[in-house]
Amino acid sequence: MNRLNILFQNKKDALLSIYFTAGYPNLDSTLDIAEAVEKAGADFIEIGFPYSDPLADGPVIQNSSHIALQNGMNLKVLFQQLKDLRKRVSIPVLLMGYVNPVLQYGVANFCDSCAEVGIDGVIVPDLPMYEYENLYKDNFIKNNLSNIFLVTPQTSEERIRRIDELSNGFIYLLSSSSTTGKNLTVSNEADAYFSRIRDMKLKNPTMIGFGISDVKSFNKAAEYTRGAIVGSAFVKFLDTENAMERAAEGQSFSLQLGIKQKSRGFPVFVVNPHLILSV
Amino acid sequence: MNREFIKSSVKWGVNKEGYFGDFGGAYIPEMLYPNVEELRKRYLDIIYEPDFQDEFQMLLRDYVGRPSPLFHAERLSAKYGTTIYLKREDLNHTGAHKINNTIGQILLAERLGKKRIIAETGAGQHGVATATVCALKGLECVVYMGEVDIARQAPNVARMKMMGAKVVPATSGSKTLKDATNEAMRDWINNPVDTHYIIGSVVGPHPYPDMVSRFQSIISEETKIQLKERTGSENPDIVIACVGGGSNAMGMFYHFLDDEDVRLIAVEAAGLGVNSGESAATTALGKEGVLHGSRSILMQTEDGQVVEPYSISAGLDYPGIGPQHAHLFKENRGEYVSATDEEAMIAGRLCAELEGIIPAIESAHALAHLEKMVFTGKESVVICLSGRGDKDLDTYMKYFNL
Repeated sequence: MNRLNILFQNKKDALLSIYFTAGYPNLDSTLDIAEAVEKAGADFIEIGFPYSDPLADGPVIQNSSHIALQNGMNLKVLFQQLKDLRKRVSIPVLLMGYVNPVLQYGVANFCDSCAEVGIDGVIVPDLPMYEYENLYKDNFIKNNLSNIFLVTPQTSEERIRRIDELSNGFIYLLSSSSTTGKNLTVSNEADAYFSRIRDMKLKNPTMIGFGISDVKSFNKAAEYTRGAIVGSAFVKFLDTENAMERAAEGQSFSLQLGIKQKSRGFPVFVVNPHLILSV
Repeated sequence: MNREFIKSSVKWGVNKEGYFGDFGGAYIPEMLYPNVEELRKRYLDIIYEPDFQDEFQMLLRDYVGRPSPLFHAERLSAKYGTTIYLKREDLNHTGAHKINNTIGQILLAERLGKKRIIAETGAGQHGVATATVCALKGLECVVYMGEVDIARQAPNVARMKMMGAKVVPATSGSKTLKDATNEAMRDWINNPVDTHYIIGSVVGPHPYPDMVSRFQSIISEETKIQLKERTGSENPDIVIACVGGGSNAMGMFYHFLDDEDVRLIAVEAAGLGVNSGESAATTALGKEGVLHGSRSILMQTEDGQVVEPYSISAGLDYPGIGPQHAHLFKENRGEYVSATDEEAMIAGRLCAELEGIIPAIESAHALAHLEKMVFTGKESVVICLSGRGDKDLDTYMKYFNL
């Protein structure tokens, strides 16, 4: 059991996870943001490590990755920064990124480093199941890391069952087949897809991500799954004027994030006055 | 079903997991999986269907103009003191080997019931070849092209537009071929049902590298027949081709892979010099890694970030090579060498002066390697002249002050 497994076991309310890119907007902002996100009430965190060719990402996360790389972020720097992670953050933390930087760092080394700094899980969307199972799974298990797989509306039932077998954390449902940063369209097809997955009674819990940016999409996700992941909408917030100055002031930044209040069992999350996740 | 059609090498071809030795596979996010899996399951069955083969061969003959000639280049032969043949892919419709692949893939896309075609392009040759087959078949065509390349390849942009294609600028990253490929993949993620992605080289997730090399294998299939007629032997001693992603080279090598006495030489673009920092010599500068969906060799930083390559030739400035090339390189079945901008430009001009053939700057890299070889006089050498130089006139004019 890692922190992620315990969270899903113990907490009954809808869960909110926040994604942001390490090294963005500043090289050293990673831990400050993680701490603020926890204080504001998020249930777990996904820290993205940047890659030069992020082909599953839309413009917002492409841009944050590009700037993070310019700032000098890489896996070595990130693990150095994360040495103090568990002094400052207690909720589960996952790393998310593309496979090539992990291969160059070395998969075994990467898993060891994750465990050393207190990472609970990893999302590498372009690491295939076949290679994970045959080459890398033991490294993940040894370090008590959850490997998170993605599922789209086009993923076959047989494959979802296979993913469920190989998973030990949660399954990441994409709201639609899309790159990051599109808005979740609430439609009959989306409802049918979410119901179909719910009715499969998988052993792993599910979370919905990609396109979750407002209260409507969060509520929709929480109807069918354990909660939702907000990425681009939060990264966009970090790009707003003075976001980091406000972060430096600590309290006012977490007020901006404003996840203190609770409503109908899930957090109120205000990224900016125009983007309100719940009232 | 004719399973002898474009037979794959047991030793050098793809295995059932989609690998060539240590290279290949399908390193793709789940959003691309259903499309790539559909292709993987069906591509061989479709290309083994007699009606596919009939239409493919008819179009290669009547539309592309195949077989392309194998030309005995006598003055080049005299200069280098051995027998040199040029495989004239430059004489194909649209001016390069690229059309062999797009004909194959458009027929496949039709049989998969796809309504919309997307493609990436660098110099514009593959974009033109894709726009061409889309016009031929009446399918919607969207071509992603780096903003920088759009500016420097205006005639090819105009050709695509004339044939009804939409050319979309890739404005991310370095705004060249690698980024156009990222944008095409993002389009495919966002259009998961009705769209087929025609990748232009032997790169990408399995089954693309194998599929594209099968469609390009017509180059070596014809070469064997033509050489046999000419010399009595279907094998030359040496085969030379240029490599960016590596599709003309894979087509040129394909039917010689198992004839291990045939030397296969692949010429990469060294740009301003292998160690100049401005180069695209992937095997010399790269390490194993994953780019655009397959494990191969690519130019990257220690941290695994992809490095922007450089070559005077827009068709060779790709930071990786196809996984089958990585396998041939690692196992020493192929000799991977490089030619600089200067060496290629001089070789291109020499070919024009001695043979009356202006080669694409890509193909001129293959010709440039002749300067570095020592011949006894008894060798027969086949060089893949992958494209014609019309598109490069501007570059030649500037370089030589013509």
